[in-house]
Amino acid sequence: MSVLPLVALVGNPNAGKSALFNALTGARQKLGNYPGVTVERKAGRLALADGRPVELVDLPGTYSLNAASPDEQVTRDVVMGRQAGERRPDALVIVVDASNLDNHLRFALELIALGLPTIVALNMVDLATRDGLELDAAVLARELGVPVVATVAVRKRGLDHLREELAGLLGSIAPEAKALPPERDFDAVRGEARRIARAAIVRETPSRRLTAAVDRVALHPVFGLLLLLGLLFVMFQAVYAWSEAPIAMIEGLAEAAATATRNALPDGMLRSFLVDGVINGVGSVVVFLPQILILFFFILMLEATGYMVRAAFLMDGIMAKVGLSGRAFIPLLSSFACAIPGIMATRTIADPKDRLTTILIAPLMTCSARLPVYAVIIGAFIPARDIAPGVGLQGFVLFCLYVAGIIGAMLVALILRMTVTKGASGGFLMEMPKYQWPRPQDILLGLWQRAVIFLKRAGTIIFTSTVILWVLLSYPKPPESSAVSQVDYSIAGRIAGGLNVILEPIGFNRDISLALIPAMAAREVAVSALATVYSIDAGDDEALLERSLGDRLKDQWPLPTALAFLAWFIFAPQCISTIAVTRRETNGWKWPLFMLGYLFVLAYVAAGVTYWTATAAGL
Amino acid sequence: MRLTELPLRQPAFVDLIDWSVLSPSEGQRLREFGLCEGASVEALHHGGLWGKGPIACKVGRMTIAMRRNHAAAVTVRTGPDAVP
Ligand SMILES: Nc1nc2c(ncn2[C@@H]2O[C@H](COP(=O)(O)OP(=O)(O)OP(=O)(O)O)[C@@H](O)[C@H]2O)c(=O)[nH]1
Ligand SMILES: [Mg+2]
Repeated sequence: MSVLPLVALVGNPNAGKSALFNALTGARQKLGNYPGVTVERKAGRLALADGRPVELVDLPGTYSLNAASPDEQVTRDVVMGRQAGERRPDALVIVVDASNLDNHLRFALELIALGLPTIVALNMVDLATRDGLELDAAVLARELGVPVVATVAVRKRGLDHLREELAGLLGSIAPEAKALPPERDFDAVRGEARRIARAAIVRETPSRRLTAAVDRVALHPVFGLLLLLGLLFVMFQAVYAWSEAPIAMIEGLAEAAATATRNALPDGMLRSFLVDGVINGVGSVVVFLPQILILFFFILMLEATGYMVRAAFLMDGIMAKVGLSGRAFIPLLSSFACAIPGIMATRTIADPKDRLTTILIAPLMTCSARLPVYAVIIGAFIPARDIAPGVGLQGFVLFCLYVAGIIGAMLVALILRMTVTKGASGGFLMEMPKYQWPRPQDILLGLWQRAVIFLKRAGTIIFTSTVILWVLLSYPKPPESSAVSQVDYSIAGRIAGGLNVILEPIGFNRDISLALIPAMAAREVAVSALATVYSIDAGDDEALLERSLGDRLKDQWPLPTALAFLAWFIFAPQCISTIAVTRRETNGWKWPLFMLGYLFVLAYVAAGVTYWTATAAGL
Repeated sequence: MRLTELPLRQPAFVDLIDWSVLSPSEGQRLREFGLCEGASVEALHHGGLWGKGPIACKVGRMTIAMRRNHAAAVTVRTGPDAVP
């Protein structure tokens, strides 16, 4: 089989490369209205107008071939053919934002000068029209000396034309890579870009600028910060307020399944496995799908509208105080979803020490895997009443836990910046995208992808760890005459008993010790583990089986223990995937181990202080 | 006048940039943003309380955010004879 022609999508950040990639290949790469969404090379396949297949690669956006950050280096290396194990692209599709031609054409000229066969995709023409700009693609093509195709990637406009031009370009005999033209002066290229942009603009009618008007509030030193806090606050209220009905539905389903299984099967190991392990264990986590989707809904909205960079702008002052830049706030905000994409997104940070610090504090941002843990404990111990009209106490406590994570992260950053990652901090220089209305189908697709990922997690990692725990909890069986309970007699119970020596001082009981070990695999497992423990503990006691996990916790845990458990999970070191990604991104074991260590210490101290304080206060 | 002193939403042109204030990579990035001698600029928003936060300004057709110390390195000109 001959190798497929390789075509690379290149251009400035946020020009719509990934949107074009998705439209051409049918892939579902992440889009977002801020620079630095794509941080690694992604390949896909596209069929040309004549049916010939072509390999298309989507690259991180960059402003020039002078790469500053790790993601930009990938683009430079691929384009220059220096990427290890990777051939040089046979052609380039340069994606430019039609509403910001002056700037994007400069990089386009730099790329065209490389001498590879090239097409320019004049993308976002709809936004240019919104801004009152009318452009002439033919003039642009003449001035640049390469084909220019007008596109609207998100509406799939101009794609056929683009495929046609690409077929023509690749159809011609493989052109010899031209000798590089003498390096031109940066300012000269910029001047030329501006001249060409002017020539290509047919008409320019001033239009009202939505973005500037919104930013007057969104970037205001006082109202902007209030808006940011308000957004986060509403987000956590919504996590509770909107999820009641769907959660009740899933719980109803799980209960019905458990009852049906109990009635259908004779008492025995299989029944216990299905009911205690699978339905009650894994089911106790799946129940949180609605809450997780609500959280993601907000994050996706923030990413799609262009608000992320505004949040970075607002936070830059605070971030500067702890030795970071506002830019680092974007990966941190993404870590609300999961620390792993958050850590990957730090590739957009140019300064190595800034980046390392951000990686190290990313796990302190409350990821969605912690949501089930928080929600179970809050649901059990915090009364569901309003502290103000429309403001629920439970949502407020959740908000406080998130804020505690953020404050913890800032303090840790401050200390790290004075010790292990000491050095001058980088500045804050960022492009601010125009606001866009999110497209409902994009948001729905994003939610769907998250739901699939979550259910897959429940079906694999959470399922497996719960099953292993069930086995370890079910064997060996205590002798009939023994007064020791099944859980205490089991292997897991004995291990937990040992661990409890260390955890008892901070108020943790045997059940928590039991739950913390499998929670290394994934934090949600703490919940499914507790559910399994209580399910096995209940045995055949109908009355106990009827009670929900929350009610059982409320019966058995004193309040200080529950609060200490929450405090532990603010820092919760356990998550193997985070450690693995940190190892990859920092090229070694030193930093992941450091991270693990400091998180453990913080979690222990935080839980301890919470427990002792709460006990002393007589709670 | 420095960019930090430029009244909001008053069009101006960059007169001079003190590149020595910026690290090489920051200078490079500013240039890539199109901020250079002769570029048109407009301060849009000042962030942070007590005049300490970053500044959002329009450079050509693009809006960029930068810290105050960097913006202070940019000298601008306003008025009818400012056009280079
Ligand atoms: N209105 C409009 N929006 C677009 C168009 N193409 C992309 N977008 C939006 O612009 C934003 C940026 O698009 P992406 O495809 O993520 O940009 P990118 O070039 O891959 O950005 P990086 O990965 O950060 O370099 C997203 O919010 C898209 O939905 C277009 O033609 N018209
Ligand atoms: Mg992208």
